[in-house]
Formats: sequence, structure tokens, C-alpha cells
Amino acid sequence: MKSAKSPWMVCGVLAALLVVLFGVSLCAGRVWTPWSAWISHGQDPRWAIVFGLRLPRTILAILVGGALGLSGAALQGYTRNPLADPGALGVSAAAALGAVLTLYLGAAGEAHWILPLAAMVGAGVGVAVLLSLAGITSSIVTFILAGFIIQTVCGAAIALALNLAPNPWAVNEIVNWLLGSLADRSVEEVKLAAPGVVAGGLLLLTLGRSLDALTLGEQGARSLGVDLSRTRLLMAVGVAMAVGSSVAVTGVISFVGLITPHLLRPLLGSKPSAVLLPSFLGGAALTLAADVLVRMTPAASEIKLSVAMAALGGPFFLAMLISMRRRLA
Amino acid sequence: MSTEQGLRASDLAIRFGERPILRGISARFDKGQVIAIVGPNGAGKSTLLACLAGLLKPDAGAAILDGTPVAALPGRARARRIAFLAQTPEIAWDVDIRAFVGLGRTPHLGAFGPSDGDRAAIDAAIAAAGLEAFVDRPITRMSGGERARALIARALAGETDWLLADEPLTGLDPGHALDALALFRRMAHDQGKGVIVTLHDLNLAARFADRVLVLSDGALAIDAAPEIALAPEILSDVYGVLIRRHAGEIGPLIEVLGRVG
Repeated sequence: MKSAKSPWMVCGVLAALLVVLFGVSLCAGRVWTPWSAWISHGQDPRWAIVFGLRLPRTILAILVGGALGLSGAALQGYTRNPLADPGALGVSAAAALGAVLTLYLGAAGEAHWILPLAAMVGAGVGVAVLLSLAGITSSIVTFILAGFIIQTVCGAAIALALNLAPNPWAVNEIVNWLLGSLADRSVEEVKLAAPGVVAGGLLLLTLGRSLDALTLGEQGARSLGVDLSRTRLLMAVGVAMAVGSSVAVTGVISFVGLITPHLLRPLLGSKPSAVLLPSFLGGAALTLAADVLVRMTPAASEIKLSVAMAALGGPFFLAMLISMRRRLA
Repeated sequence: MSTEQGLRASDLAIRFGERPILRGISARFDKGQVIAIVGPNGAGKSTLLACLAGLLKPDAGAAILDGTPVAALPGRARARRIAFLAQTPEIAWDVDIRAFVGLGRTPHLGAFGPSDGDRAAIDAAIAAAGLEAFVDRPITRMSGGERARALIARALAGETDWLLADEPLTGLDPGHALDALALFRRMAHDQGKGVIVTLHDLNLAARFADRVLVLSDGALAIDAAPEIALAPEILSDVYGVLIRRHAGEIGPLIEVLGRVG
């Protein structure tokens, strides 16, 4: 943590890593598609795999992973809490509830934009409730409890929707979608997710300075001229758009937002603004790498990305808990 | 438009719930002076300072800077003119000293990050607080006294006309407390800034302040030169302790003998 590397250098390395992973992601899967298949312009049947399936899936992994990583970094900066994560704080669950309601009511079929919009509204409500429940303090306990409450209520509401679902197909649809995954996504999903992720991400990237000033607490930030109500609003809208549109197309994928900033802080220092853009790139690389691994696992049906992420994130969370306990003891 | 200069409290009143904290305080503060606010715990020192800094909205009255209510200034403009040093500052992230002091430049930063002017101001603030040896050290690995100096440097980096510091000497040993007060005096007397500090140490207030405000239960007991404001009769009354003033080595020495009664 002593000598923070130049943020641009780290961004460059992450971008290069992302390019490599991009190439690997297009090749890797049940069917290995070498470079020759890419440039065959439809002669080779594998061309369709690359451009119809793997390219949208790859782009989606980058968008979703980036959105989650950046949202995690921004939430951690705002709450001054290294355990903040859109998944752990219930924002993803709130987005999922919004989306499930449209599936349940059958509204999702009416127009393709209804589900992502509902997910964004759900995420927005989730962030707003979170910030108002815990906004005055920055206590880790209050935030985790507030997130736990949101997660529990949204989880119960989703369970209720499943419970009362009119037919087994609706249940199947909801459950399948809830298990976050990038499998079988098409260009349509990319088109749905991209605007929200890009707009929300750009909003969050503008918050760097306010988040830095919050290092001195709310009063300190205000004494440095930061308009906190504006910061809070931009934060809520940015996270809602980025997380909401991600959840809308992939379901809930946890831990990306928690892990990514943590892996980057030793390289970049703890200043909140320094980890924002790298967290987008890092979250994208992490998600893409995990998705490639998921595709390669020899199992009868593909392991869901959310399951793989949880398998990775659980132990990570545990290790963090142990190290924090040691520091407090 | 008036050509009024300086910072002024105009009949400031504020209550937290039912409890009045400030009961109508009026006072003028001029640049070029170190002004100390003293008084017992709960007298309203911190609240007065936060109102003057525009961080608390009074229920009645106003803090007025050069003729304009502080509350009417946009946050960034206000932050370029008034630096505020909180009593128990939160430090959320383990940033290095240079980055920490750099936070003081927040209201000055342009769209493309720190300019040469910003970097020069940060260097000057680090030098003024004597922190050159620690620029790369993470702030959580500093001692209490070093951290207090880093906080002062953070406030200096903003190059504001006014410094409002709430108990800035907490955690400083006698040597560093003297250094800090000497720094405040240089800022006021040499650079013409206005420095307002709340203090608990009456002897340091007597020695370093140009003017002393004594607060008692949310009201202004006296606002005068230190030798008048820190008279034993006044202090005994306000603090509820027996006080004697001796002739000390370098000036009057205020000795607390015990509780009244």
C-alpha cells in the first residue's frame, strides 16, 4: 500500500488483460473455435458460434462485470465501508424483485424494455432505502443490517411471487433467470444492458472527488464544499442504472463488486477515486475469466456463473472477516 | 452593497430538540487575528464554530462573511474561503499523507485534476506542518500527534482566508501544541488570515490569542482581550472552579485551585 502505482499503468495492464480474455472467450467453450473459424465469413459453421453466441456473451460479461465492479467501488467509497457490494447490500435483490414482478405479471412480454426498466426502478428503490436507512452514519454494522433487511424483504417477495405463480412455466422462467448466468444471451440482451451500464457507469465515474472528500466524513466533505445531497442522488441513480440493467439481463451475480476493489487497493492505494475506473476493468476481467472457466467445466449442464462467483466469493469474504477480526482484536 | 469585511455572528441561535445550544450570539471576527473561543464542556463552542463555517444551519440569526450570509454561499465558494478543522475528524481510508493533505485542495481542483498551483500549495502545507519526512506514510500508521499535524496541514492546503479549528491541539504534546499555535499566529499576523480556534487550555489561550470569547451555557459571557476576558472572577463564575492568576515566567499563569463550594 505504500507506493501507489500510477492508475493509468494499472488501467493499461487491466485493459490488456481484458483484450487477452476477450480473445480466449471467443475461442473457449464446448467447441473450440480457432482463429481460422472467425475469419471464414460464414463458410465454417463455427463462425455462427463465435459471432452469434460467444461475442454477445463476451461483451455482456464485460458490461455486467464492469458495472458490478464499479458499483461496488463507488458504494464502498460512499459508505466508507470495505464490505459494501451491490449484492451484499440488497441492491441486486431489489433489482431482481423489480424484474420478477414484471415476469410474474406477464408484463415482461409486452415490450422488451419493461423488464430492464423495472429492474432499474427496483435497484433505485433499493439504493434509496439503503442510503436512507443507514445514510446518517457510516457504521459498518448499520449498513450491513440495512442491506440484510432489504435482501430479506426482497427475497421474501420473490418467494411469494414464485409461491403464487399462475403456472409452472412462469416459475421455471423466474427461477432460471434468478440464477445469474451469461449462457445463451444474444445481441438483444447486449442492446438492453449497454445503455444503462454506460450511462450509470459514467455517472459514477464523475463522483471520484466527492468520494475522496468523504474520506474526512460527511462534515469534512461538506466543509470542503461537497454537495452531499447531490452526491447521494447521483450515486443512487448511477448504481440503479448500472446494477439494474445488469441484473435485468443476467440475474443476480454477487461478490464481483466486493472482491474487485479489494484486489486493486494494494496496487492503487485506498483513495476512493483511484479505484473507480480500474474496478470497472477489473470487474469485467474477473467476470469474463469466471465465465470462461464456467464454460469449460465438464458437467452435464453448465454451472451457473452466479454459483461459481459465490463459490469464489464466499471464501474471500471469510478471509476478509478473519483479517478484519484480527485487526480489531 | 455593504463593504463590510470580516466574519460576523449575528444573533445566532440554535437548539437541538428542546435544548438550546446557542442563545443569540453576536460577535465580530477580524482577519489578522487569532481568536480563541473558550468555555466549559457543552457551552456551545463547537456549535458556534460549525455555524460560522456554514456547516450547521442556525434556527435564528446568521453567520455573515464580508456582508454575505455564509449559508447563501455555494459550497465550493464557501470552502475556498473558510477551512474547517473538526474536533474528532473521521479518517475513513488509509491514504498516504500527501494524498490526505491534498484533500484540502478539493474546492480548488479544475476539471483535469491537480494543477502545479495545487501541488505547490500541498507542498507548502506539508512543510508548514513539518511533515516532509512522512509524505508517503499511510495516515493510520501515524501517531496521534502526527495525525493532528496532518489534519492542520490538510486545512492549510486550501489556502483559505479563514481557518476555523475545533480543538486542534487535542493529542499534541506541549512542544507540538506550541508549534501549532505559533503557526496559527504566523498565519494571522504575517499572512493576514483570520484564525478562530476553540481551546480548553486557558493558559495557551491567554498566551497566544489576540482576543478571547468566553462562552457559558450557549451565551457570550465576555468578548475581550485575553487579560480582561480570562480574569479569575469571570472564569470562576463560568467554569465553577476557584482560579488564581499568578505572574508567571512569560506572562500571567492561570491556576485552577479546585471546585467552587
